[in-house]
Amino acid sequence: MSDWGMQKAALAERLAAGQRHASGKIVPIPSLPAFLNAVIRSGDRVCLEGDNQKQADILASALADLDPAEISDLHMVQSGVVLPSHLDIFEKGIARRLDFSYSGPQSARIARMLFGGKIELGAVHTYLELFARYFIDLTPHVALIAAVSADKDGNLYTGPNTEDTPTVVEATSYKNGLVVAQVTEIVDKVPRVDIPGDLVHFVVEAGRPFYVEPLFTRDPAAITETQILTAMLAIKGIYAPYGVRRLNHGIGFNTAAIELLLPTYGEKLGLKGKVCTHFALNPHPTMIPAIEAGWVEQIHCFGSEVGMEDYVAARPDVFFTGPDGSLRSNRAFCQTAGLYACDMFIGSTLQIDLEGHSSTVTTSRIAGFGGAPNMGSDPRGRRHPSEPWLKAGAEAAPDSDAALRRGRKLVVQIGETFGERNAPLFVERLDALELASALKLDLAPVMVYADDVTHIVTEEGIANLLMCRDKDEREQAIRGVAGYTDIGRARDPKLVEKLRARGVIRRPEDLGIDPLDADRRLLAARSIKDLMLASGGLYRPPSRFRNW
Amino acid sequence: METLSFRLSAPTRAGGTRMQAIVGVVASGNLEVLLERAAPADSCMIDITTAAHGFGAVWDAVVRDFVARRPAGGLRISINDGGARPDTVALRLAQGVRKIEEPER
Repeated sequence: MSDWGMQKAALAERLAAGQRHASGKIVPIPSLPAFLNAVIRSGDRVCLEGDNQKQADILASALADLDPAEISDLHMVQSGVVLPSHLDIFEKGIARRLDFSYSGPQSARIARMLFGGKIELGAVHTYLELFARYFIDLTPHVALIAAVSADKDGNLYTGPNTEDTPTVVEATSYKNGLVVAQVTEIVDKVPRVDIPGDLVHFVVEAGRPFYVEPLFTRDPAAITETQILTAMLAIKGIYAPYGVRRLNHGIGFNTAAIELLLPTYGEKLGLKGKVCTHFALNPHPTMIPAIEAGWVEQIHCFGSEVGMEDYVAARPDVFFTGPDGSLRSNRAFCQTAGLYACDMFIGSTLQIDLEGHSSTVTTSRIAGFGGAPNMGSDPRGRRHPSEPWLKAGAEAAPDSDAALRRGRKLVVQIGETFGERNAPLFVERLDALELASALKLDLAPVMVYADDVTHIVTEEGIANLLMCRDKDEREQAIRGVAGYTDIGRARDPKLVEKLRARGVIRRPEDLGIDPLDADRRLLAARSIKDLMLASGGLYRPPSRFRNW
Repeated sequence: METLSFRLSAPTRAGGTRMQAIVGVVASGNLEVLLERAAPADSCMIDITTAAHGFGAVWDAVVRDFVARRPAGGLRISINDGGARPDTVALRLAQGVRKIEEPER
């Protein structure tokens, strides 16, 4: 006779061990170290909640303070390696193996620790695929999560930053794992139940809010004329002709410029209501002018954005909000929405090679993927038609039977030909390849694969890769918008002109755009203060973005 | 500092009557461009002082494209560069020509 209840029994043991340090479900802060020591076992798979935005920071510090002589060999399965404590856990030998998705601010240290053998790397994932693995082969034994408030039964209110929590709790709690939440405060009744209490085993009252990174705030004051030109090209040369209504914008100044040009340049082109009506997008502050001008019907969010809470709550016709009035974000659902229900992804990158592979990796940094490769890829399982999707599919395969032809998601890389510190956007060979060979990775960390990219936009023009018929055309189309980089200067001018004649490459003048019109006065807001004013004072920018 | 000089034949003469124009500022990643009507009508002289070393080939490509695409004949152009990207240089040069061609008030 098999014993089919071993996991339930193991959970019961953990619960009993934890209960000795708790009163009901509540663990007092002073008992947290002893509590964690009692409920975590060496070798556990542990999900420490944290992504590119919210962080279970109190639980992360407590985990890093455990004694490696007692608890070791943890296998961390988490979206973000973002806080110093996330890596201290490895430095001290408490954890050994890591599967993750994003490591923005720790990208240099994580690379050093991987080289130094302090971390045994499973894989670098996109958010959605790491979430998927939580349900297949990386199900956590223990999840350490973050919420705004809890009641004594463990019902959790996650506020605007729900993000990964429902996914992590679903995978952990229904598979007999232990769920521990840090909350700002314990209340009699939570404003809304984001996570039902019977899935939450213990709650720690942190006495202060969990940390949230304002990752999606771009100061309009820093947007350059060249970025404005790329935004004009994208709007007139891609948004308009494809009629892109459902989309996702990546992080960056080029897409921020697009957002701020909608109520001005977009309005002049008569595009209101015809493009940019539905988004999978965090509440970008730079979207405020377009929302206020009535461009946007609805936005579903991965997470929230610091300072945007009141504004979002005051615009429930646009955002998804709960009965308490505040935003309900959900990363797994929003990533799915971005993958299957959006017709376009547009975002910046650091390096693009001659085939069109792009990467944000430099040789000394591993920033991970986050959600971009999921947004920036063609979902081969998609079956519903839409105008942009069908048009892109037709451009890629004009001679095939329309009823049997796949559509294509528009995957657009936008940037200036030279980036920070005059680093060229276009390269012969991605730094990601050096990194992969140095770390002996099976795969080079490519953000967007060449066969998913449909367009590249730079200040020199738009390359439509869907219309390239062979490898040579593709390479020249890329060189043809690579400006004065080595890649751009080594173009075949005759072939580039041929591609231009066919509309594969379109210059500003081909689109009726005068680069001299790319003026900062076109921006619907030129500073953070302008954004605040446009929101009627509802947007409360974090202090680091205030200069008045 | 690196200095570069170009003497290029210019297919199109700059229009207008203004004798000089100045655009941009000397700042990191930016540049100041002074344009003077002080060259033969069929040529353009460009003198560059730049904080960034080793970009001679890029400057060469940028100024040649500029003279081919914009009416630059008759201009002596002095550039004081704070390490601007080529796209910014091209934009400032174009802005400079627009400014010197503006009708005088």
